[in-house]
Amino acid sequence: MPTPLTLNIYVNNRLTTVSVQDETEPLLYVLRNQVGTQAVRFGCGLAQCGACTVILNGVTTRSCVTALDKVPDGSQVTTLEGLGQPESPNGLQGIQKAFLDNQAGQCAYCASGIMMGSYNWLQGRRAAGNTAIPTDDEVKDFLSGINQTPAFVYLCRCGSHMRIVKAIQQASQEM
Amino acid sequence: MTTTIRMNRRQFFESLGKSSLVVGFNLSPVAASLLASEAHAASADSSFTILSGISSGPLSENDAWITIDHQGKITLLSGKVELGTGTQTAFMQIVAEELYVDVSAITYVQGDTSQTPDQGTTAGSKSVQTQGPLVRRAAATAFQQLLSLASAYLGAPSSQLVAQGGSIGVGTAMQHPTTYAKLFAGQQISVPTNPAAPFKGASQYTVVGQPVPRVDLFDKFTGKFTYVSDVVVPGMLHGRVVRNDYNSSTGLYKSKPKNATFQSLDDSAARTVPGFVKTVQKQNFVGVVATTEWGAIQAARGVHVTWQSGAALASDSNEADLLPALKSQIYATSTQEVVGNVVTAYAAATGPKLTDTFYSPYQMHGSVGPCCAVASVTSAADDNGIQATVWSGTQGVYPLQQAVAQILGLAQSAVRIIYVEGAGCYGHSGADDVAVDAALMSQAVGAPVRVQWMRQDEHGWEPLGPAMAHTMIGALNADGSVASWSQEVWTPPHSSRPGGAGSLLAGQETGSLPPNLPTAPVNQGTRNAPVNYSFPAIKLTAHHVQPYLVNSHGAVAGTSVVNTFPRSSALRSLGGMSNCFANESFIDELVRAAHADPVAFRNQYVCTLNPPSSGSAAAVPGGFDQRAADALNAMAAQAGTSLAPPTKGDVAGKGVSFARYETVETYVAVYAEVEVTNATGVVWVRRVVVAHDCGLIINPDGLKNQIEGNVIQGISRTLIEEVQFNTSGITSLTWAFQVPNYPVIHFNQVPASIEIVLLDHPEQLTQLPDTPAWGAGEPTIGPVAAAIANAIYDAIGKRMTVLPITPARVVYALTH
Repeated sequence: MPTPLTLNIYVNNRLTTVSVQDETEPLLYVLRNQVGTQAVRFGCGLAQCGACTVILNGVTTRSCVTALDKVPDGSQVTTLEGLGQPESPNGLQGIQKAFLDNQAGQCAYCASGIMMGSYNWLQGRRAAGNTAIPTDDEVKDFLSGINQTPAFVYLCRCGSHMRIVKAIQQASQEM
Repeated sequence: MTTTIRMNRRQFFESLGKSSLVVGFNLSPVAASLLASEAHAASADSSFTILSGISSGPLSENDAWITIDHQGKITLLSGKVELGTGTQTAFMQIVAEELYVDVSAITYVQGDTSQTPDQGTTAGSKSVQTQGPLVRRAAATAFQQLLSLASAYLGAPSSQLVAQGGSIGVGTAMQHPTTYAKLFAGQQISVPTNPAAPFKGASQYTVVGQPVPRVDLFDKFTGKFTYVSDVVVPGMLHGRVVRNDYNSSTGLYKSKPKNATFQSLDDSAARTVPGFVKTVQKQNFVGVVATTEWGAIQAARGVHVTWQSGAALASDSNEADLLPALKSQIYATSTQEVVGNVVTAYAAATGPKLTDTFYSPYQMHGSVGPCCAVASVTSAADDNGIQATVWSGTQGVYPLQQAVAQILGLAQSAVRIIYVEGAGCYGHSGADDVAVDAALMSQAVGAPVRVQWMRQDEHGWEPLGPAMAHTMIGALNADGSVASWSQEVWTPPHSSRPGGAGSLLAGQETGSLPPNLPTAPVNQGTRNAPVNYSFPAIKLTAHHVQPYLVNSHGAVAGTSVVNTFPRSSALRSLGGMSNCFANESFIDELVRAAHADPVAFRNQYVCTLNPPSSGSAAAVPGGFDQRAADALNAMAAQAGTSLAPPTKGDVAGKGVSFARYETVETYVAVYAEVEVTNATGVVWVRRVVVAHDCGLIINPDGLKNQIEGNVIQGISRTLIEEVQFNTSGITSLTWAFQVPNYPVIHFNQVPASIEIVLLDHPEQLTQLPDTPAWGAGEPTIGPVAAAIANAIYDAIGKRMTVLPITPARVVYALTH
């Protein structure tokens, strides 16, 4: 029988109590349907496309395959809504501005996950002292899961790839 | 008359506001604010409305096209919908231009059977092309009305009036500036669009032609945008369809057999899932409803249906099996382009004679976000007579309205379809199917139901672009000129849109039959099969393949559908991509046989073409087409003549291709550079150049974005994509690279550069006032495949004639 679970987690720095009837329910549905952070997107439920990507305790995470019982109590979750908002004092995050400047989307359904994963990747590079603009190949390899653990792939079906790569390069200098 | 229309409209919006409380409806924030603002506008005393006049029947309350409310808010009510391609921004630019306001002053309402005009389906790269001129005239009509009001109000002749920022004043100094709203204060003005209303000349443009940022992207990049999958209504339950059986030990799904009939089901496991509400079974349709989304997913995994297998499909997806199967299932044959006599011309040719065959597989739309819909079906109609409301990412709210009404057994007027954008739309995907799935489940449980297709539902059941086969025969004269050209094409249907419920999955599952197949469909499977080249002898023969068994009238044979191939419908460019692949690859063969330059060779022959229409004679070439040559030359100039050595592969090559979309619209010339790695057969398209002429450019950056998208999706479809199926059903149910799945292009496979040359033709605004701007949503994908295949030939000397050009096929070609 399914096991219920109640957790306190910080979503975009707000403490939120979430409760499920089945502890294996993926974080994706908890975020979308309970917390209301709908920018987290369902794409495949298989960790194959990247649409559901969030940052969980600093780690790039596919929320569609992350069962809630694998999320520690008190966890910090960041979604696109937590990156930056026009009405907040800090305004938009650099990667959001870069996506806008480059008009890096068409349907833009994939953009949320790509921005979250890329933001965390760029933060990681910076933390490691690498402030250089990533090359085209570095960005493309990152988004293809090349030399990444786990090997997360990000899909875009509209073909906004060229603009997305440019936006991520711009964002690397505006974090 | 005018007053009556307004009263109807006002009552309509007021009652909408009421009904949303009565039935406990709380729309998604976007929908709610939209209706609230509409109701607010309706409550004021003054109003200004431009009617479209496009409805065939009497003028109705949802015929309004442009409204200005008492506060000056300008609203464009569009029957065409934004599919993620940027057309909304383009329309707003056109309206803003004629009304002398900023784009931000325009509010956009789209695709709502209770609010917007019936403009059919949003498809075929036709939105800007056909709706653009119409809204331009509506906006011009509005401006002329405002101008005459201002002339009376300001006591000055129209010729002395100047408009700026939503006000009209006298002289260039804008004396006595008066807002639009003030001009009609206290009046209710409602006028039909005047087709003769004068509009601005292109030289006056300040908004059209500018790279205005897309109006939707800000919300999309900040997480505020409402996709159809984000629509929430109170009391909403979650549904999932059961078309694939879940194996709990492997975690894998298996599609139900295509022609199966329901025998029995075991939902004992589903019933133990927390939140389980109901298993919904109606004939061959099976779904399950739960209170939570995860509950619905788990419950769907716990429903196991015993199907009675029906007839097997005519073939599996293996090209060697599928190709003869296609040729064995012809239900109609037509001749669609004829010049001279190819038999005698071929026999008399004095140079090389060539023949080749080409093939492209079933491919899918493959949106990153699977289809989703929310439906609320109630037991009785509300005050507006609405008994079913469906929020859908459909391309056509009115056709879907008809299908939903039919399947629920309701009057069409009792069904309201509200368009909400879904994830990327590249043609007729499962957006309509899932809307009917949701409606059936909502009707069964008596509550609103949201149905989100899972990945296996989308991969396994969306309508596909069908496989196609081509045989090309050509002959040259000794001087290298073309003597004869013929193509035979075999194609299943490329359009099975609703209309009737029988076009939709759940419609067929509950006993509706699809409409008759057309006897000789033109511009679908044969799109861009006729060539825009003035060869002395041309023949195009099209064989139409039945997707299900039909009688001699194209009607379903028997009392239910017996599928012979996977369900097919419109995928970006329809037959255009496969036909261009065959034509432009074969042109390359002629070019090489003639030892000619590929651009100069095409320039010799490019011509206009009078296309065939349904039931009329075959297409006939016209005169030399300078704009075609201009596009080819612009592409060649940007591409240059040198070819850099390979950086990742062993050998490099370059190829070109050309097409005029639908033979009479947008010109596209494509250049591609590839690198091939011999040992692995991996092809990398490293550089692409596109020269693109779609007439008047509305938004150059939006246009480039679309062209880039066509190039990348085109590369993916050329090198990677092939739906896998056996004679029971589709087996490629995920994005994984391992066979049998359906992956699409990854970021590390896209080119290093895509260079786009835009050829602007503002004079087309007056020269072709009905089509000043041709579409750009799909023309470019057509010529992409051949440019790549021709570049591969240049690199390795092997003609790749089967799509997708996978590493295995390249290795085979290199070793045989």
